[in-house]
Amino acid sequence: MRKTRWTNVRESAIRAFFFTCGILTVLVLLGIFATLVATAVPAFRDITPSEFLLKTNWDPTSPEKAEYGILSMVVSTLMVTGGALLLAVPIGIGVASYLSDVAHWRVREILKPVVEILAGIPSVVVGFLGIVLFGPLIAKVFHTGHGLNAANGSVLLAIMALPTIISISEDALSAVPAAYGEASLALGASRWQTLVRVKLPAGLSGIIAATMLGMGRAIGETMTVLMATGNARSFPHGFLESVRTMTSGIAIELGEVPYYTTHYYALFAIGLVLFVMTFAVNMAADVVLRKYQEKER
Amino acid sequence: MNPENLQVKIKAENLDFYYGANRALKNVTIECFDKKVTAIIGPSGCGKSTFIRTLNRMNDVIPGTRLEGKILIDGADIHAPDVDVVDLRRRVGMVFQKPNPFPKSIFDNIAYGLRINGMKNKRKIEEVVERSLRGAALWEEVKDRLNDNAFSLSGGQQQRLCIARALAVEPEVILFDEPCSAIDPIATAKVEDLIEHLKTRYTVVIVTHNMQQAARVSDYTAFMMLGELVEFDRTEKIFTNPANKLTEDYITGRFG
Repeated sequence: MRKTRWTNVRESAIRAFFFTCGILTVLVLLGIFATLVATAVPAFRDITPSEFLLKTNWDPTSPEKAEYGILSMVVSTLMVTGGALLLAVPIGIGVASYLSDVAHWRVREILKPVVEILAGIPSVVVGFLGIVLFGPLIAKVFHTGHGLNAANGSVLLAIMALPTIISISEDALSAVPAAYGEASLALGASRWQTLVRVKLPAGLSGIIAATMLGMGRAIGETMTVLMATGNARSFPHGFLESVRTMTSGIAIELGEVPYYTTHYYALFAIGLVLFVMTFAVNMAADVVLRKYQEKER
Repeated sequence: MNPENLQVKIKAENLDFYYGANRALKNVTIECFDKKVTAIIGPSGCGKSTFIRTLNRMNDVIPGTRLEGKILIDGADIHAPDVDVVDLRRRVGMVFQKPNPFPKSIFDNIAYGLRINGMKNKRKIEEVVERSLRGAALWEEVKDRLNDNAFSLSGGQQQRLCIARALAVEPEVILFDEPCSAIDPIATAKVEDLIEHLKTRYTVVIVTHNMQQAARVSDYTAFMMLGELVEFDRTEKIFTNPANKLTEDYITGRFG
């Protein structure tokens, strides 16, 4: 059959269409990054980068002297995220081990989708839980006036990061060849020893990647922490203090800030720093995952 | 069937095994003698791997399986309620069809069995690692690279590493489940030499697809078909003058 000119045109049109679709995601990412950079840079006409990153005081609307230090917010973000991981990683690995190693297959068939549904709960609902459930609980247990603090945020973010951590860790553990487990059992190892000394090390890179993806989820979360952490602007000295993370800082102020002021630009600069942080975490997760896949081959 | 009055190490009595409703072993009764090599031959799906895996209760990990009958090792029922399956597997080692070293160093692969049993003395571990590797005729090839990953070894070397790993915990019985089906002829010859050697200290049971291999390495041979034990006798007898027509047809290559 001879190719007509029309077929040629159609072929290249289709090719162009799919190429556009593919390239679009890259363009969107670059567009966001460019906007962010372009809007963030003017902030540094009035603020020095070291002042911005290393000072703890954030008070852009002060009548005497506006201050633009984001260190308190960065530390708050890291604290809340770190606390969340401290809770979510051990539990997540435990659940993943249970699902892949202990649970009856019927239990697993039910539990895995349930875990994945957990990932779909809107963050505002989780935040609501923080206000009405965990907040009063924390206040009661630690005798603080209220429970809107970093610990509360950590608990909620842990809940939100868990599905990712469980799901990907479980995949990693299930991908460990059954032959490793059999070899270990045949040597007289108990199931616990087999899990801890053979399966978890063999699935470690997957588990690390899961942790980092969970961290990426936690670090960028806004609504939950905005609702549950109290939003105090001071530098945090412990998990029982109210904190304001970078995300909630942006969310609170961006609605009311006068456009094209230093304050406005500075909020975008916070966004840029956050973007760089999440980007670094995701890159690290990607590198670890790739290494993992290479080893599997 | 015990002409030489040998000591019975393993005895299976009226053994039935089910995968769900599927009966994979039918009333198997067999004795394996101490410090002898017993080969199990038979066509694919005859239950020989299932049988060998009952001997260290590796089938326990497969859900939906059921066993009836008895397996005695040194006269003691291995399914008795007071038997610790972990301890049983320490006494009855196993080498699998495909070499399955851990993704660890050569040294750590051998040391694994010692460490899980609580051995901490570094000198002692090194000693056992060397002895086990020598026992598996692998020491000379790997002694300068004990810290390399086990996957850097060839398939045949990996299989000998797995044998060394099994030796390290000093079992009484070693089960081989088609140990040469995934390695080349030269490596196979080495493993066979090794088995020949191992029977001076251990009771060996080997499942094999390869009849020549059974003839070469074993003292006794069991022929199984469709889950039943058809014939069990001295290897020479099975291969020169089998009593059963089915056995004769199988070893002369008329089927299988």
